[in-house]
Amino acid sequence: MSVATEDPMARWKPAPLLPRDEEREFSLHFVVAVLCFLACLAAVAAIGADRAASGWARDIRGEATVQVRPKLGETGSTAAARAAEALAGVKGVTEAAALEKEKAEALLKPWLGDAVLDDLPIPHLVTVRLDPKAPATAADLHRALSAAGIDGDVDDHARWLRDVERAAGLVRWIAFGVFVVVAAAAGAVVAFATRAGMAAQKDVVEVLHLSGARDEFIARVFQTRFGRLAFEAGAVGALAAIAVALILKLLGGQDGFTPALPLSWWDVTAVSPCPLIAATVAALAARLTTLRLLRGWE
Amino acid sequence: MRYGRSSEVLKDVAFTLAPGSFHFLTGASGAGKSSLLKLIYLAHRPSRGRIELFGHDVESASRNDLPFLRRRVGVVFQEFRLLDHLSAFDNVALPLRIAGMKPDEYRDDVAELLTWVGLGQRLWAMPPTLSGGEKQRLAIARAVVNRPDLLLADEPTGNVDHEMALRILRLFVELNRLGTTVLIASHDQDLVRRSGMPVLHLYDGKLTRHSGEARAEPRAAPRPAPRDETPQADEQAQFDLGDESEFGDDFGEDEA
Ligand SMILES: Nc1ncnc2c1ncn2[C@@H]1O[C@H](COP(=O)(O)OP(=O)(O)O)[C@@H](O)[C@H]1O
Ligand SMILES: [Mg+2]
Repeated sequence: MSVATEDPMARWKPAPLLPRDEEREFSLHFVVAVLCFLACLAAVAAIGADRAASGWARDIRGEATVQVRPKLGETGSTAAARAAEALAGVKGVTEAAALEKEKAEALLKPWLGDAVLDDLPIPHLVTVRLDPKAPATAADLHRALSAAGIDGDVDDHARWLRDVERAAGLVRWIAFGVFVVVAAAAGAVVAFATRAGMAAQKDVVEVLHLSGARDEFIARVFQTRFGRLAFEAGAVGALAAIAVALILKLLGGQDGFTPALPLSWWDVTAVSPCPLIAATVAALAARLTTLRLLRGWE
Repeated sequence: MRYGRSSEVLKDVAFTLAPGSFHFLTGASGAGKSSLLKLIYLAHRPSRGRIELFGHDVESASRNDLPFLRRRVGVVFQEFRLLDHLSAFDNVALPLRIAGMKPDEYRDDVAELLTWVGLGQRLWAMPPTLSGGEKQRLAIARAVVNRPDLLLADEPTGNVDHEMALRILRLFVELNRLGTTVLIASHDQDLVRRSGMPVLHLYDGKLTRHSGEARAEPRAAPRPAPRDETPQADEQAQFDLGDESEFGDDFGEDEA
């Protein structure tokens, strides 16, 4: 049996220029992974909240309420029924129905109690379902009512819609803010680690420098080291966040975690750019730190 | 030049190294030999005076140009400054990596050079496992692998026995013969005398020049390895000595 003698020269590849520093790297790994985990959770939560908000907005946008004021000699129910008939024919309306007295009372009961209910003039309401694709406007509904000679107020829930949309926008901004803060923290941590690494590896850096390495070359050494580290840590953090999101989804049953935070299976993939973003932030921080320190040398 | 607020270490130093010359730099310990070398390999800036390197005024050279000047100067540091986490092979390959060469372009040269300095069997050894003489030769190999126009060595025989000192001296003479300008800081009077090379002597911050007197072993005496075994042998012409390797350290003027 003959064994080909292995030539180490043929297999030789340039070794990494920075020695491994297991202890420091482990802590940095840990911190970056935790930051990425938090950022990913924030992203997933924001997606859930956004989805919930747009669901509510869709519901609100698909409905309008008309309050009818009966004319003299006309009962509230007849007026409401007439209004429903008139409104059902409007383009952009899929359904219009007078709210029955019992239902209206049921709606008010929790607020007012049994006692006062009898004496109270119950408003005569017509609920209108709108075509979500091309909903009729409040003005359309108004025109239809006037044409039918009915006096009434149209509420297209615009105020609610504004509130929900404002809340959804706020959630988006908060999520974005959390992301920026976490990214800045990760950058600061890496900059700090780079500074420590450069101090610890001053001998190496000096030899590179005196051997004619340009600042760019030295910066690349640190940039590569920390970029790679952050990529790995980012992957770990993202996977942990995915695990948490999946657990929430499974615990929450088929409809997602809760109606308040509905998540689809695909939503969790939103965290996939995390390792790349982490690597970019870390590489940039390491690069800028190295270049600044080197420039201070002379 | 001076360190911080201390008094001046070098104050009256003016000399020029002709391309292809070989000089010793002598002086008592603390005379400023290492400091002078640091000025030349651009690790320090002079507090006053002027340094010209390969025809470039160092003071007015832009920061971006300095690395390219440094690459033309090979340095054997007094304390070697080998990278302990890199093999002998990787240490020697370092300047070539820095110069942007591809591994395939220098793999064989590095191995040959290590063989030339007598480390052919220790290519993959880590510096901490090498003896003083081996480290010294490794440091020399790293300093010359990029075929510098100027080679500076700081006490290169300080940590080795007499036998090894002579071997190392032979390496330098051979390199010089191949066209490299050599400046060696040493307080080994015996070695300096034996070489018969001209001497720059530092005393009290002043530099004086003594021409070398040919003694027991003149220039030609050391018999180095056969030429065709040396990596540079057939590429002598590549040493670019068109421009002058020149240092005009003039520290005689008043401080600016
Ligand atoms: N980094 C430094 N900081 C302050 N003083 C220094 C430094 N290096 C050298 N010196 C001082 O400069 C003088 C010359 O030192 P050096 O150049 O190392 O001399 P030599 O190499 O001839 O022994 C000495 O007095 C030494 O103490
Ligand atoms: Mg010294």
